[in-house]
Amino acid sequence: MTNNTKWQVLTALLLLGFAGAFLALWSQQSTSANTGKTAPARGLSSANALAETGVTTVSAADTDAAAAQAAFERAYPVFVSPRCQNCHPSGDAPLQGDDSHVHAQNVKRGTDGHGVYGMRCQTCHQDANLPGANMPPGNPKWGLPPPQMKMVFVGRTSGELCRQLKDPKLNGGRSLAQILTHVAADDLVGWGWNPGDGRTLPPLNRPDFVAAMQEWVNDGAACPN
Amino acid sequence: MISFTVNGKAVSVADPPSTPLLWVIRDSLKLTGTKYGCGMALCGACTVHIDGEAVRSCVAPVSRAEGKKITTIEGISPDLTHPLQQAWIEIDVPQCGYCQSGQIMSAAVLLAENPAPTDTDIDEAMSGNICRCGTYPRIRQAIHRAAEIKARGAK
Repeated sequence: MTNNTKWQVLTALLLLGFAGAFLALWSQQSTSANTGKTAPARGLSSANALAETGVTTVSAADTDAAAAQAAFERAYPVFVSPRCQNCHPSGDAPLQGDDSHVHAQNVKRGTDGHGVYGMRCQTCHQDANLPGANMPPGNPKWGLPPPQMKMVFVGRTSGELCRQLKDPKLNGGRSLAQILTHVAADDLVGWGWNPGDGRTLPPLNRPDFVAAMQEWVNDGAACPN
Repeated sequence: MISFTVNGKAVSVADPPSTPLLWVIRDSLKLTGTKYGCGMALCGACTVHIDGEAVRSCVAPVSRAEGKKITTIEGISPDLTHPLQQAWIEIDVPQCGYCQSGQIMSAAVLLAENPAPTDTDIDEAMSGNICRCGTYPRIRQAIHRAAEIKARGAK
């Protein structure tokens, strides 16, 4: 490349910035209890009971397939918003920005979801967002899902994503109750609503998102067709 | 005070915890081999090691260094005997040289983890280090050469 071309590349990098997000929704399982302020009491009780028993479905008497499908459809746009899907790519590179373009600098997933060699996520990303537009966002757990459990969001329809989220073989071995705890309490999930300067937020606020997921579980966790 | 080691020497600095590590290294500790490029972790010129991992010191707060072992280009070897230094000199890699300390620090992590990297490995390890002079072919050649020197020395 010519010098001029390289400066064009550098300028492009500056413009593109680090708006992309490594929101690995399922990368870590939090055990702390945080149920979301708007979640209905009945759901909280069900979720706790599920967590204790490891059962991944609710009783048939509680199920309402149409209501569950509708609840998941409400939550779905959050999963495929840039703040969430940019770290759940279909390939092995994270994405950046509201247009979910491939992360600059040829960043790779690596064997543990945290990059390769001297190109680890933590090479640039700190424990917290750095102030200023296009500065690297941060979280202590910043990273992609690992290659053996990619948990792809990009390109999934609501039905496909719903079935993937319910399948312990594809969701990191989580029960529905554990998924609820994860979306409600995990701090890397929470980063999506505190993404740093210049980044758009998911289309629902977190309490409404958690409430929709809670409702989906309470009504039997049926998936959209 | 924030305490850590730099190139094997224990130091304590009074800089505010949010100060970029780069400015502590350059201004407080007077180790100027590490360069400021973009200030946004986009170019790689400021790369140092924290406990053996590459870190862009321009965006890493000095608080991240607390209790850790920092290595800068000055500490990669005391006498230019690191295989990367030998290879860099042999192949005469730099043009202007500004990015080269960052290039070597990233390459050092690569070689520490992969003693015989392929071109693909090198691309994946080095794509975060930009060289405006375009010395990429020589960087790649020198990393291969350093791997040979390292392998020879290990026998």
